[in-house]
Amino acid sequence: MKNTEIQSSRRSLPKSPTSIQGLDQITGGGLPKGRPTLICGGAGCGKTLFAMEFLVRGATVYHEPGVFISFEETEKELTANVASLGFDLDKLVKRKKIWLEHIHVDRREIEQSGNYDLEGLFVRIHRAIESIGAKRVVLDTLEALFSALPNDLILRAELQRLFRWLKKKGVTTIVTAERGDGALTRQGLEEYVSDCVILLDHRVNDQSSIRRLRIVKYRGSTHGTNEYPFLIDEDGFSVLPVTSLGLNYISSDERISTGIPRLDTMLSGKGYFRGSTVLVSGTAGTGKTSIAAQFAEAACRRGERVLYFTFEESPSQLIRNMDSIGIKLEPWRKKGLIHFHATRPTLYGLETHLTTSIKLINTFDPKVVILDPINGFVIGENQTEVKTMLLRLVDFLKMKRITAFFTSLTSTNDSMEMSDVHISSLIDTWLLLRDIEIGGERNRGLYVLKSRGMANSNQIREFRLTDNGIELLDVYVGSEGVLTGSARLSQETKDDAEQLLRQQEIGTKQFGLERKRDAMEAQIIVLRSEFEAEESEALKVIGIEKARNERFTQDKIKMSKSRRGDVSVKRSGNKKTKITSTRKIL
Amino acid sequence: MTIKYQKPKTARRKIQPAPGRPQWNLRLYIAGKTPQSVIALNNLRLICQDQLKSNYSIELIDILKHPRAAHDDQILAIPTLIRKLPLPQKNIIGDLSDRESLLAGLDLMGR
Repeated sequence: MKNTEIQSSRRSLPKSPTSIQGLDQITGGGLPKGRPTLICGGAGCGKTLFAMEFLVRGATVYHEPGVFISFEETEKELTANVASLGFDLDKLVKRKKIWLEHIHVDRREIEQSGNYDLEGLFVRIHRAIESIGAKRVVLDTLEALFSALPNDLILRAELQRLFRWLKKKGVTTIVTAERGDGALTRQGLEEYVSDCVILLDHRVNDQSSIRRLRIVKYRGSTHGTNEYPFLIDEDGFSVLPVTSLGLNYISSDERISTGIPRLDTMLSGKGYFRGSTVLVSGTAGTGKTSIAAQFAEAACRRGERVLYFTFEESPSQLIRNMDSIGIKLEPWRKKGLIHFHATRPTLYGLETHLTTSIKLINTFDPKVVILDPINGFVIGENQTEVKTMLLRLVDFLKMKRITAFFTSLTSTNDSMEMSDVHISSLIDTWLLLRDIEIGGERNRGLYVLKSRGMANSNQIREFRLTDNGIELLDVYVGSEGVLTGSARLSQETKDDAEQLLRQQEIGTKQFGLERKRDAMEAQIIVLRSEFEAEESEALKVIGIEKARNERFTQDKIKMSKSRRGDVSVKRSGNKKTKITSTRKIL
Repeated sequence: MTIKYQKPKTARRKIQPAPGRPQWNLRLYIAGKTPQSVIALNNLRLICQDQLKSNYSIELIDILKHPRAAHDDQILAIPTLIRKLPLPQKNIIGDLSDRESLLAGLDLMGR
């Protein structure tokens, strides 16, 4: 909604782009074209730099030459001061892009006698503008005139005339002024410059300084009304209007591996969404950094760039520690795929951290950004600010479709689900690491607290750091409850032993049965052999009987032959048949 | 509009201090022939004739014609009177209608 407002205002009022990162966004296109703008702020808040960057960018980017009228610094000083920002004023002056004019006034040398006007100043500004065809003019600390020239009444009237004159000339003007007590400027210049007033502020909170910018007024245009943090570094001025970013980024369906196969499985088999925000929270020593490093390594394997912000360990220490669990980061660092940025969170203010992070992200162009850990930023009662900062960072990363990975240290007193920095609402996938203390032992457990947009496992997994990286194991869930580590192992051994015993019992029973069968079969053999013995005996007897019988018959025949009798021999044949049938029965 | 300001060569010749007497060299900056500049010049002449007799020279510089001069002498206010000699240099701004402060500014008080 804010965007459309700004766009509509862009049509209504011509603007002069500053090309200062972020400022054009919150002003809807820049400073009012052809009108004066007042920049006010305390000493050292960057007024001169702001003005100078406006001129230099105008000259180099928009082909609008500019005049810098300085009441405080000489041309040489100015050139030297902004050289550190990469502005080569000498060159620009030679190419007639910039005109520097130092106006030196010293009250001690001046006596007033009667009325005067500032025609001299007008003529000098006019000469400067005409010489290079300037479209932009800076009057750096016009208020110096008040201390240099007598008679405020004349001065005020003349300044009013000056602003009207500048407007008539159609040059976009920046007037800088020191901040006064309770007023925007010491001399009330805001009364004369009423088109646009920008306030710069430099304050120190908890020993770290924060620069902020606010548009106090902008006639004829809507503008962002918040205080925006800004940064002055080697690239000049940058304002961070990140709060103005909307929730209109395009989300990705692409999934990327966590580097831990079983964790991928827990996240419906595919891992995190690209461009999502992942938080790993847990108490000290639960392995947050290891999960981060494993993820980083997996990303490097895919050939993606990783930017690793480490706020507690130095890069070499981190690499060494990860090396010990088999996560090799050094080769990737040598290849330039992973870049470590180690700073103490307390080194600068939050805004500076944010701005440097964003700049670094812009230059390194990573696919994965890791912040390890985010707690370090919380000092005292600044949780809201930390959250705001992270919100801006998350928004920024989502816009760029960079996967963000945060680790967060939770204190043991708090509920596990409560992160120190209350950022849960920003997080898409939240992994929780926890200690499980059983049987005089601490083990690590991992579970997925939430994961937006995917089916995720509800199981607690035991999380082990091995020589080959991270391993997830099923925890023992049985009659004894959830067990991990040695307890799990001992329970598993106990189970194994019980099973063995049962198997042995079955074996014994089977063996007994076998033996019984053997015994039975042996008996059968004995019986048979007894029977066979008996049978052969019987057959023997039968044979003898038969032989005797035969002999008896033959004898009878012999006798009948000898007696010439005619008795049939057939009877012996009948007897034979009878014996055979007896065997069959046996 | 970069009109090169030619320093009047006559002025340089005049800055030749006669032995034992201070030579006064005054320069008055104006911006066009405005009533204010006419008043200032008249006031200056009156004072000089009165105080310095003929021992002075006045250069009149119109910054509209010589804008570079305004830069060289760091002129802001118009009219501005600069006492080039005797040293140290003195600046007086205004139409010189306040005789007291003009005399003070030129170190001519008590003469």
